This record gives sequence, structure tokens and C-alpha cells, in this order.
Amino acid sequence: MGLSSEDALSSEHGLSSEHVELVRTVRRFAVQEVAPVIGGYYQRGELPYPLLERMGAMGLFGLPFPEEYGGMGGDYLALCLALEELARVDSSLAITLEAGVGLGAMPIFRFGTEAQRLRWLPDLCTGRALGAFGLTEPGGGSDAGATRTTARREGDQWVIDGSKAFITNSGTAITSLVTVTAVTGRAEDGRPRISTIIVPAGTEGFSVAPGYSKVGWTASDTHELSFADCRVPADHLLGEEGRGYAQFLSILDEGRIAIAALSVGLAQGCIDECVAYVGEREAFGHKIGASQVLQFKLADMDARTHVARLAWRDAAARLLAGQPVKREAAIAKLVASDAAMVNAREATQIFGGAGFMNDTAVGRFYRDAKILEIGEGTSEVQRMLIARHLGLPVTT
Amino acid sequence: MNVVVCVKQIPDPAAPGALDPQSHTLVREGKLILDDSDAYGVEMGLQLAGDAGEVTLVSMAPNQEVSGVRTALAMGAAKAIVVSDPALKGSDALSTAKVLAKAIERVGADLILAATESTDGYTGTTPVQVAELLGLPSVTFAKKVTVSDGKVRVERQTEAGFDEVECPMPCLVTVTAGVVEPRYPSFKGIMAAKSKPVDQLTVADLGLDASSVGAAGARQEITSVAAAEARGGGDIVVDEGDAHERIVQFLEQLKLV
Ligand SMILES: Cc1cc2nc3c(=O)[nH]c(=O)nc-3n(C[C@H](O)[C@H](O)[C@H](O)COP(=O)(O)OP(=O)(O)OC[C@H]3O[C@@H](n4cnc5c(N)ncnc54)[C@H](O)[C@@H]3O)c2cc1C
Repeated sequence: MGLSSEDALSSEHGLSSEHVELVRTVRRFAVQEVAPVIGGYYQRGELPYPLLERMGAMGLFGLPFPEEYGGMGGDYLALCLALEELARVDSSLAITLEAGVGLGAMPIFRFGTEAQRLRWLPDLCTGRALGAFGLTEPGGGSDAGATRTTARREGDQWVIDGSKAFITNSGTAITSLVTVTAVTGRAEDGRPRISTIIVPAGTEGFSVAPGYSKVGWTASDTHELSFADCRVPADHLLGEEGRGYAQFLSILDEGRIAIAALSVGLAQGCIDECVAYVGEREAFGHKIGASQVLQFKLADMDARTHVARLAWRDAAARLLAGQPVKREAAIAKLVASDAAMVNAREATQIFGGAGFMNDTAVGRFYRDAKILEIGEGTSEVQRMLIARHLGLPVTT
Repeated sequence: MNVVVCVKQIPDPAAPGALDPQSHTLVREGKLILDDSDAYGVEMGLQLAGDAGEVTLVSMAPNQEVSGVRTALAMGAAKAIVVSDPALKGSDALSTAKVLAKAIERVGADLILAATESTDGYTGTTPVQVAELLGLPSVTFAKKVTVSDGKVRVERQTEAGFDEVECPMPCLVTVTAGVVEPRYPSFKGIMAAKSKPVDQLTVADLGLDASSVGAAGARQEITSVAAAEARGGGDIVVDEGDAHERIVQFLEQLKLV
């Protein structure tokens, strides 16, 4: 497998030479540092702290943030490119980066006061700390407006009660904060007013359950969280009271582009692995890659990945240009997660029995692909968002 | 302290390479990348130069190639000299050393670092020739380098272990892979690299006579090239109860036990 192979850049147009160099650098890191060791972490279900430290030193956690907060002065495109290259080798690290930057640090940067940014971002940007975003609840994730967690104001404190489910990065040794969405009141029409509140790790009344036993992403950190009379200072409110719903919708729009990029990485990783394998493996007297059946499978995998890459690149370009991205981000996430899922299934088939083993990359890809159709909005939710743009009749 | 690091830009080893049918040298057209073995010298240089000093890169390359140099600039080197000239085609290690030495003279370095050998050429003779031409002492195969009181202290890898060598500066040191862990450039570094000064020079700029370098000045000629023997399959010892004895016998034959 080529280290600086140009294939990752096959849709190079639109990328600056710095972005191209970033892609090559992350590619080199993923192949040289991640690939040799990730299998062990994956099987032990252990977050690879030494790799996170190196990613921090490379500035990956600060990619889209300005230098004054410890960031790299890059943009969201840079983050997505890094995610694609990481996920081409491993998704657990990629989702740790995605959730840490896109969900953990980004809301603080977008909606935080200067004091909040200066307090939290420098450590988050350098990877010394990880942030988490608590939206989903045991009662439901797709219908995030139906949040049951509450926060009431008592004197100069917010008092939080409730629980959150499946929260990435929420229980690591370096987690510094979780931002949680909570109902802080009712509007005149009776609808809940949702707000976002920063809860520092270790706050009394905030407890983190043991990590879930997951089908995939096993080297990433995911927990259920509960809040019982959990008190934080009033100035831990993020942005305006009652704006939480709008805030997380915009964070999720961006996040979908990032998950789409991550999905494309996994889809590409399947192709990389298969191309190498079918050129070596023999059956019935020839390399299995000489069989047109497998060639056509790989051609479809390649086409699917290419289209999905163009979709996320288009959404990212719109985001950078300040244009609306809701539809394009949803399309990118829908097609890219599908490409990842289909490619992972095909790659496992191409590998035969070896593809069903936990110690092959393809085995990991198979286990890691499914969540891409679920996290940060299920494929059904993406279709709802896309359909909304078609001006279809609504139920009355 | 000011450090000069010699860096070679080579064809991507992951891509299939080709030899020029006439000169039998590696075809070095197209995009080149930083030789991995030079990343160690760059990292070592950055660590030794510290905040007060700086690292200058010196590279001889075809077609004003700078891609690999940019990678080293992104790691943190301050500036670079790249020497390109059609007259340099067909250079051997000595020609290359002449060019590098002239370029280094323009910078004025306390310490010159290079890899023990390049990944594409493997002669391993260029750095010491550079030192010789500059009239400087050289220490090769460093696996550890420290600097104090105007001297470098080097742990020099040998077959049996390592020698501890001390050498006054200025001098030239060649470093092995593993001397330090090279950093991966950050995006900030990558962006900054774009505007760092790269001095593009020709043979004439260096005051060298074109006939003393390149194919014209080469003292070495590759007369023919043969394919290396394919690696044998190895012997498989199937354990029928006595495998351990046969393995010990084998190791004894090699005088390893
Ligand atoms: C490993 C992992 C990490 C995660 N990390 C985070 C995190 O960091 N932060 C966070 O907040 N959340 C996180 N999540 C939660 C994730 O975002 C949710 O699981 C996801 O949004 C789906 O919500 P749900 O599980 O409650 O499913 P539900 O909302 O209960 O959906 C169940 C099914 O019903 C479908 N459905 C729901 N409503 C409709 C409808 N109107 N029409 C048609 N179909 C519908 C859904 O598509 C789905 O198929 C994570 C989840 C996992 C597994």
C-alpha cells in the first residue's frame, strides 16, 4: 500500500497545496504509527492515549480553530481531510478526533464567551484534553428536541438532573468537559426551551457509567452519563438561554460533513486492503484479482467512494463559503455512510474467512461501518432532512 | 546554534522506480519527497538548534524540486538552499558533495547533519566527502547526539555496541534512523513553510566549474546493473519432536550460539 499514493487525492481540485500536504502527512502518520498497533487497542477495547498524544502534537485537535486559542488556523475542510485519512486506517481514532473537535470544542468556539473560549479551548486544541457533547438520551436521539434532562436556575447556579446515552469521549482520563443539552423552561406555547450547559469533568452529581461494550469503534470511549442535583456556576451556560436547539442543529450539520468524510475514509480503506489482497491471494490457479467478478466489485466500490467523496467535499466547500449546507450535508452523510457499509460488506466477502477475523483491518472495517448509518443522525433522519427540501406535502 | 541539515529529495519509494538505461542511475523525474532517513537529521537539528538557533536545509535536486524540502520546512526548519542545474545530471557522490559543501559554506554552520545514507542511492559516502571538502571533522553513525561547550558528544553505533566520541565544532555528524523520533508537521507548520525562504541556486551561483560536477566531473561510473538474486524460500522446520535440536544445530552452524 503506497504511503503517499496519489489515490487519496484523486479529487484534488479545490484543495490548496497546504491541504494536500496535510493529507499526505496524516496518511503517513496513519500508515506508520496507527496501522501497526491499532489492532491491539481495538481488541482490548482501549483508547490509544499515546497515539492521541501524537495527534495532539501534530495539531489535529486544533485544525479548525484560530491560533489565539491554541489552534492551527486551518478550517473545517482540513479537519475533514484529516478524518478521512485516519479512518482509511482506523475509525476509533477518527471518531475520537471528530467528537473531540466537532462536537466537544466547536460549540465552545461557536457559542462561547471569550472567557469560556480561553478557559477551555487551549487544552482541547492541543489534545491535552478531550471534550464531549451530550445530546442523545436513553429515551431517544433522533427526536433530540424531546430532551428530558432539565436544568433549573438556583441563585448563581444551574442544577442539572437527567441522563445522556452513548456519549463519545465522556469518560476518558483527559476528558475536561461535557456540554449537555437540557430543558431550562417552557415557551409561552408550552414548547420546551432547550439550553446548552458546560459540565466540567468531575463535577459533583455528574456520574459516568462504565464504558459500553460496543460492536465497533471499540478503541473509542463511550459512556452513559447521569446528572443528579449536579450544580455548575451560572456562567457555564453556553450561548443564550433557550438557544440550545438551534445550536445543536448547526453543530450537527457540520458534524455530518465530518462523519461523511470519515465514512469515505473507511470506504477507501476497504479498497486499499482489497486491492493488495486480490493481487496476492490465489485460487484455482490464478490471482483472485484476475476474476472479473471481483474486478467489478472493486470497480463499484471505487465508484461509490468517489461519488461519496465528491459529496462531502461539495458540502464542505459550501460550509467554507458560508452557504447553507443542511441538504448537502445530509446527502453527503447518507451516501457516504452507505458507501462505507456496502464497501465493508464487499471487502469482507473478498477476504473470505480472513475478513471475518478481528485481527484484519477488513474485519474492523466491517464492525465499524454500521454505526456510520446511525450516529449524528440516522439515515432515516438524513432522508427526512433531504425530503424537507423537496417541498412535499405535510401530514395535517 | 545554527545547524545545516543536508536533505535529499527522492522518488517515492512506495511507487515503482526505474533505472535510466544509459547511465544506470535512478530516474528522478516528477515529484520527489523528503527521504525518510533525512527526517531524523531534521528533527535532531531542530532539537539541537533550540529557540536561539535555526536549521537551514541544503538540498541538491533536479528541476528546482522543493516538495521534499517543504516537508522539512513544515517540520520547523527556517530556510533552505536548493541547488538545481542541468549540468548536475549524472552526478556521483563526489560531485554531490562538492555542490553541498559550496552551498554549506554560504550559510556558516556550527553543526552539519546528514543521514548515514540515502534510501534511493545507498552509497553512504556523500556526507564524509562533504566534511573533507570543508576541512571539517566528521562522526558517522550517530545514535545519540548532545552538544555542550562547543563540542558534540556522539554515541556512535558499531557492530558490537557503540563508541562514545567527542568532537569539536564545527563538524559534520551523520545520524542513524532512530536517533530521535521525527515529528509530523502540523498544519500551522505546513502553512508557514509556504512562505519560508528557499534560495534556488545554480552551479555557477556556487562558483563551481560545470566540468567539475555532474556526469563530466564524476569519478564513478556504473558499468552494468544486474538483478539481485530472488530471496530463497527459507527452510521450514516441521516439529517431529526434535525441532529444537535441529534449530540449535542450525544456529550453531551460523555460530550464533
Ligand atoms: C458509538 C456511539 C457514539 C455516540 N456518540 C454520541 C455523542 O457523542 N453524543 C450524542 O449526543 N450522541 C451520541 N450517540 C448517539 C447517536 O447519535 C444516536 O444513537 C442516534 O442519533 C440515534 O438515536 P437513538 O439511538 O435514540 O435511536 P432512535 O431515535 O430511537 O431511533 C430508532 C430508529 O427509529 C428511526 N426513526 C426515529 N424517528 C424516525 C422518524 N420520524 N421517521 C423514520 N424513522 C425514524 C431511526 O432512524 C432509527 O432507525 C452515539 C451513538 C453511538 C452508538
